[in-house]
Amino acid sequence: MEVTPANAGAGNSDLEVRLSKRFINPEHSFDLDVHFRVKPGFTILFGSSGAGKTTVLDCIAGLSSPDKGHIAVGGDLFDSNRQLNVPAWRRHIGYVIQDLALFPHLTAQENVAFGLQALSTAERQTRSHDMLRTFRIEHLHDRRPVQISGGERQRVALARTLVTEPRALLLDEPLAALDRPTKSHILDDLRQWNESHRVPVLYVTHSTEEVFGLGEQVIVMEAGRIIAQGPPHEVMSAPRMETVAQLLGLENIFDATVTWLHEARGTMTCRLGAGPVELETPLVRTEIGSKLRVGIRAGDLLLSTEIPHGLSARNVIPGIISRLKQRDVIISTFVDCNGTPFEVHLTLAAREALQLAPGKNVWVVVKTHSCHLMAL
Amino acid sequence: MNWQAFWLTVRLAVVVSALLIAVGIPIAYWLTYSRWRWKFLVEAVIALPIVLPPTVLGFYVLMALGSRSPIGRWWESLTGHTLAFTFEGLMIGSVLYSLPFAVQPFAASFTAVDSKLLAASASLGQSPIHTFRRVVLPLSKAGLVTGFALSFAHTLGEFGVVLMVGGNIPGVTRTISIEIYDQVQAGNYSAANHTAFLLLIISFVVLSLVYGMNRRALTVAPWR
Repeated sequence: MEVTPANAGAGNSDLEVRLSKRFINPEHSFDLDVHFRVKPGFTILFGSSGAGKTTVLDCIAGLSSPDKGHIAVGGDLFDSNRQLNVPAWRRHIGYVIQDLALFPHLTAQENVAFGLQALSTAERQTRSHDMLRTFRIEHLHDRRPVQISGGERQRVALARTLVTEPRALLLDEPLAALDRPTKSHILDDLRQWNESHRVPVLYVTHSTEEVFGLGEQVIVMEAGRIIAQGPPHEVMSAPRMETVAQLLGLENIFDATVTWLHEARGTMTCRLGAGPVELETPLVRTEIGSKLRVGIRAGDLLLSTEIPHGLSARNVIPGIISRLKQRDVIISTFVDCNGTPFEVHLTLAAREALQLAPGKNVWVVVKTHSCHLMAL
Repeated sequence: MNWQAFWLTVRLAVVVSALLIAVGIPIAYWLTYSRWRWKFLVEAVIALPIVLPPTVLGFYVLMALGSRSPIGRWWESLTGHTLAFTFEGLMIGSVLYSLPFAVQPFAASFTAVDSKLLAASASLGQSPIHTFRRVVLPLSKAGLVTGFALSFAHTLGEFGVVLMVGGNIPGVTRTISIEIYDQVQAGNYSAANHTAFLLLIISFVVLSLVYGMNRRALTVAPWR
């Protein structure tokens, strides 16, 4: 039961994953092919739904088998070369999924004690009590899952898994259904637990907020592959690949050429496409004439119906509205700026106030730091 | 009212439904979790007693238990008498006859347990057998009760198999349904009416208990 990291020396407690799996499906076949290493601490697995994140977790937990690969954490769990496939129940990997799967016939305390079968009754009681206290749910002791609120249920599910002292922890959006304060409370408790139990935690989410709030490392997956990997600010704020840009919701993506470097100001000028529109963007290590890609969130752009004065934003680009499209409570406004199309997201109120309609002259305002640069 | 036949029938029904719990749970477990491609054939065989005339089933059981079959001979060498026309023989026939009435509700309730709970149990370190005992069985209570009660009620009222396998020996194999038949044959309608009414009431009470208990858990007929 006890998984004491006696061999917790250099790198032994890392979670190592290399796997490929093919899904054959009449509509579309899907190839999963990933290779990564998770160190103790939080690592975020980020990607749109259908990217294969959950399948990766299922393979690590032993609920699904890869076609080929190698999975290890404190010992080999899967190795296709050696026909090794340790069954899920012998892997000591904690796995909490979004709908939690609490045992409906057991009380909160019995749920938490569920994985401690091998211990004596007294020991089981003590440990599950301690865990309930750590997660501040000791008052739920005798209640069944149906009698417990959402946030408390999440705590019971986490406590039930953590009390078994897993070698690695897999969390598949366990907090997605919660409001923000409850979520951040639970995350604090989880982080605190991880301080004293240095195991790799792989946390799946598609909320950008959680990526920045939680992760020491982030792995970005798309269509069964890893497309970026590193510390969150590196991967997310200067996304180097277009798919990351789309995942982050960068609706405006332009090919651009560097025309001017303003080292003193920390900016540079880029010409979009064939021109003539130019943008002042953050400075990166590059040369005049080099090609790159600029991504801008449609929600980061401003529209003005008159030439704006006294703005801090460096880029004010004249254009004509070509099209307006309503999506929910957002108005996607497409502006033609001398051949360069911009998409700007506005509220319904803004459309009314500015009386926006196709053909109207407007100015698109772009802040320098709203421009995300990607290498080609 | 022939109380000897009544108590014999109750004893048979209790023993048979208890045996069906013991035999039915492993069979239902296998039916639920096996991925064998020919599994459907086994399912069909188990369901046979629902559609077969009891006399057909009874005939084959009689053949299998008789002194010309290996089973019958083995039993004879062990005990000195044949299985046919004994209480034990009747038990075997009744277990086979009521098998689908136990196995199908069991299997249906095992299948209904959310597979996410099984995955959760496995990732908490529980072997498949532990998971079955600690998660699947407790959550299948309704199906187990249904299977037990249905096979009890079904055994109470069986006629064809009993007649074929057990004959009509008072105190040994003469059950209520055969008693009723005898009474009618003898023109003794008022006695037949008493016995028949008792059987009707018992069966109704048993089924009412089952459906009452499962009001929320099981809304369709227990055989799906």
